[in-house]
Amino acid sequence: MQALIAPLATQAAEDGKLNPLLPHTIEIVLSLVVFGLLFFAVKKWVVPNFETTFEERTKAIEGGLAAAEDKQAEADAKLADLEQQLADARHEAARIREEAREHGAAIVAEMRDQAQAESARIVEHGKAQIEAERQQAVTALRAEVGSLATSLAGRIVGESLEDDDRSARVVERFLVDLETIEASAAAGNGAN
Amino acid sequence: MTYAAAVVRADGFTPPGPGDFDLPAIGGGHDTFEMFGQSFVLGVTKPMLQIVLAAVVVFVFFWAASRRRAMVPSRLQFVGEGAYGFVRNSMGRDIIGAHDFARYVPYLFALFFFILVNNLFATIPFIQFPTFSRAGMVYSLAILSWVIYNAAGIQRHGFVGYLKHQTVPPGIGGPMLILLVPLEFMSNILVRPVTLALRLFCNMFAGHLLLILFALGGEYLIVEMGGAYAPVGVLAWVLFILVAFLEILIQFLQAYVFVLLNAMYISGAVAEEH
Repeated sequence: MQALIAPLATQAAEDGKLNPLLPHTIEIVLSLVVFGLLFFAVKKWVVPNFETTFEERTKAIEGGLAAAEDKQAEADAKLADLEQQLADARHEAARIREEAREHGAAIVAEMRDQAQAESARIVEHGKAQIEAERQQAVTALRAEVGSLATSLAGRIVGESLEDDDRSARVVERFLVDLETIEASAAAGNGAN
Repeated sequence: MTYAAAVVRADGFTPPGPGDFDLPAIGGGHDTFEMFGQSFVLGVTKPMLQIVLAAVVVFVFFWAASRRRAMVPSRLQFVGEGAYGFVRNSMGRDIIGAHDFARYVPYLFALFFFILVNNLFATIPFIQFPTFSRAGMVYSLAILSWVIYNAAGIQRHGFVGYLKHQTVPPGIGGPMLILLVPLEFMSNILVRPVTLALRLFCNMFAGHLLLILFALGGEYLIVEMGGAYAPVGVLAWVLFILVAFLEILIQFLQAYVFVLLNAMYISGAVAEEH
């Protein structure tokens, strides 16, 4: 160091001027001390604050992201659940509709059967009634026709045909013949 | 005005020199002391106050900015965090590496803003003197840098291992080493603090000298010579202003380069491989 400085110093002395490269010793020490103090102050009171802030901020951001991810996952799960429920509900509705359709068809068929049965019954009933009334009318008519014919014939013949048994037999035979003729006539009509 | 008269007057102009950087003691003391064959002012000078002021300004600003630790930063905190993050990330993490950088961040951070503020003092009105145009102020920082990067390397590799790490280039053997080892030793161990110190000191010194020259020369041309020389003096002052803006850039760059090289030296010293 001395060897390095000596020529500079000699030259400075010879020129009678200041050599700016030659250091002011107090300044060397002062600069070192002041910078050292600044370094320790900054290291103790400034850098930890900044680093803590950076760390906290990173954590806050990461925490926020993690929370958002959780929320997202939760929402996804809920959505899937709801979609599942919706699909179930649709399925159920379709099933119920199908069932109702089948049920309705069954009801309609049943009702139709019932109605047919009822109508058949009514028709049957009507027919029976008509038949009964006809029988009644035939019976009544037969009695009346008998007596009418008998009295008519008596009047024509001029004698009383009061013998009931005989007259009754005659009438009966006549009516049976009549019926036979009617039936054959009806059969002839039916054949036509 | 004759030519002869102009020459005579021009001879009366004393150009600024190194003496302009040797400021008197504040309070007017005239005591001196002898050192290196040169007499120095004994007492508190302006750059001495400046260097203390710079440390106070840097600490108070960043302390105030970092104090609240708000998640959503105020404007002051935002600026402080940006400035801190600039040194921490671009000079610390990116150069030294994510594994080792954290322990060097306080040093790099304090160093950068300490140098930056001291350099900017050359431009700030009423101060207008670069602290680091005083060689002594720079030497201590350069020596400190040298101690720190070598200590970091020795701590990592051991003394012999570190010397080998810094002086023996990998992949080279035989007689080439006789040539290369001294060269590497020179460039990596001996020269680095010298270039660090001279780069910062000379930039600040020359920049300020240039500004003094333009200011005083312009003043001399206008006030002492006048007449046809006055426009030249005005031109000198315009140049003074332009150079002053250039100086602001240089002041920032020198602070940046000083700290960047510190980070690179530390990085090289603690690196596992070249």
